[in-house]
Amino acid sequence: MLDLVADQGAKVAAQGLVASPLAIRGLTVSYGQKPAVFSVDMTVQPGAMTAIIGPNGAGKSTLLKAALGIVSPLSGQVSVFGRPLEKQRARIAYVPQRASVDWDFPTRVIDVILMGLSRELGLLRRVRARHVSYAKECLKRVGMQDFADRQIGQLSGGQQQRVFLARALAQDADLYLLDEPFAGVDAATEKAIIEVLKSLKEAGKTVVVVHHDLATVTDYFDHVFLINTRKVAEGTVAEAFTAETLQSAYGGRLATAQIDQISRALG
Amino acid sequence: MLWDALSLQLGYNATLVAIGATLLGVSAGVTGTFLFLRKRALVSDAISHATLPGVCLAFMVLVALGGDGRNLPGLLAGSAISAWVGLLCMNWLTRHTRLAEDAAIGAVLSVFFGFGIVLLTVIQTMGVGRQAGLEGFLLGSTAGMLWADALIIAIGGAATLLLVVLIRRPMTMVAFDPDYAAARGLPVHRIDLAMMGLVMAVTVVGLKIVGLILIVALLIIPPVTARFWSERSDRVVLLAGLAGGLAGYVGAAFSASAPNLPTGPIIVLVSFVFFALSLFFAPVRGVLAAVLRHLQFQQRVHIRQGLLALAQDQKIYEPLTLRLLRRAGLVRADGVATDPGKARAAKALRDEKRWEVVRSDQAHEATAALYDGLRDIDTVLTQDQIAEIDRRIGGPQEVPS
Repeated sequence: MLDLVADQGAKVAAQGLVASPLAIRGLTVSYGQKPAVFSVDMTVQPGAMTAIIGPNGAGKSTLLKAALGIVSPLSGQVSVFGRPLEKQRARIAYVPQRASVDWDFPTRVIDVILMGLSRELGLLRRVRARHVSYAKECLKRVGMQDFADRQIGQLSGGQQQRVFLARALAQDADLYLLDEPFAGVDAATEKAIIEVLKSLKEAGKTVVVVHHDLATVTDYFDHVFLINTRKVAEGTVAEAFTAETLQSAYGGRLATAQIDQISRALG
Repeated sequence: MLWDALSLQLGYNATLVAIGATLLGVSAGVTGTFLFLRKRALVSDAISHATLPGVCLAFMVLVALGGDGRNLPGLLAGSAISAWVGLLCMNWLTRHTRLAEDAAIGAVLSVFFGFGIVLLTVIQTMGVGRQAGLEGFLLGSTAGMLWADALIIAIGGAATLLLVVLIRRPMTMVAFDPDYAAARGLPVHRIDLAMMGLVMAVTVVGLKIVGLILIVALLIIPPVTARFWSERSDRVVLLAGLAGGLAGYVGAAFSASAPNLPTGPIIVLVSFVFFALSLFFAPVRGVLAAVLRHLQFQQRVHIRQGLLALAQDQKIYEPLTLRLLRRAGLVRADGVATDPGKARAAKALRDEKRWEVVRSDQAHEATAALYDGLRDIDTVLTQDQIAEIDRRIGGPQEVPS
């Protein structure tokens, strides 16, 4: 049943009716001898908000990084809007984990946003007033317009996360890939981020989020992708986010009470 | 004498050295900043030590070909080749083995340097006679610097600077967030190699003046110095160039002003003086500023605690608290609150209760995040909001101001 759903997605993509924003085939990534992601197929639905869910160390972030070519896979193909990744870089915006960078780096908030414009600015083009005002608009969308000139080290965790999101917004991409954007942020930031993501969806963009909070999945997302090194389930929240799929993704790591709670929430 | 040196009036050689050292300082400072921002400063140490075998081998080849073993372009070319080999070894070790970068640096540095020293000894026993000068590459030797040598340094330094300016944006992006840079399609590995290639170029160019052992100082100290003064990477780059150039110039002049002062080590010491001054006196990141900030914070804490104690009629035992309150005119010498003291104390207590309400109310979440136990609540809330909170607290509404 689950395979059927995935297959349909793949067929739709293969027939070229709508090229999937992100289609992954047979992807295996390994650090050393132990595969972190093993032979995974994924077909992201266009215009949807998809959550990648799985226990710690299940390969969620690795899947995202391999999809972006940040880590090189042992095998497998990635296509973005029906074409090879390298040709579609400009259409993808990536929001890495907040903890992956050094926040004492000497740079201001506005400079980080301007990195989102690196394609337009190239190597030597000057940063002009229109670039700065565009960057400030992006900051405004995440409620950070007053922080443009702050040093990034002065920001709280939630503010750092919003700056990363604003940098991705500056790229004006069609596919947004976010790695744990809600990890360790305050409630106000979580609300601000989800609002921005929903507005992206309304504008027809595709959003894929590595997500860890099972309680909010049904509220925030319409598609889920469950992974535990191998793909466990893929589909709409109603189809693929069930007590059985969760049990098989998390094994004993998820308390029965939690699963019950989720199945009740799903009705 | 020193003034003569600083104004370049100590003769031809001293002037050449001063100009060369300044240019070298600027390009080393600017290039080193990217290495420092990428947190790979020590890579430069391995690169510089890996130049020695190349210098020696180049000398042997030059002599074997019947030429002058001390031909500077030839020796520098040799040093560049072996530094590049060392760099590739280090990269290979870090990427394809389980060795961490520090171990790879240690391995490459010591093996290449050891091999170089062996070659140096071999050359000495070869009896070529004119080998004198090769040791100069260890710590730099400026005594016999020629116009052509200075020209090589000038051209090399300028070319490196130009390349740095050209790829500064990708290098900054890779240094700050390599994953994001890779996701944008930047060739992170090649940008890193380019960065280290530039460091290698600076090292090779600087062999004559500071030598391979101390060049690492010129690559690292100016960026670290500059970091104290700015929170913007582009300015850190400029300031590092300035600090490096100034250290080169002043150091060279200083060493020329007295006989037998070694140029390279003096430049490094001057650059250290800039570092030490920055460490202590830089306005925000300096040690002194941090101490002052801490003391100021401590005083605020004491005054606040004292006021809260006064408001609740508790006795204050802490001598520092009493002293601070007395100095602010809030208590008399016998520890009894003055009228302004009583007013401030009542307000502090009231603020504390208001904060309690704010912190327990989800609607005030953003404000609650600002709570530090010291802030006056009227600096973060409007009068209307405070009035609303006071209604919830109840009790006497009048707060003495």
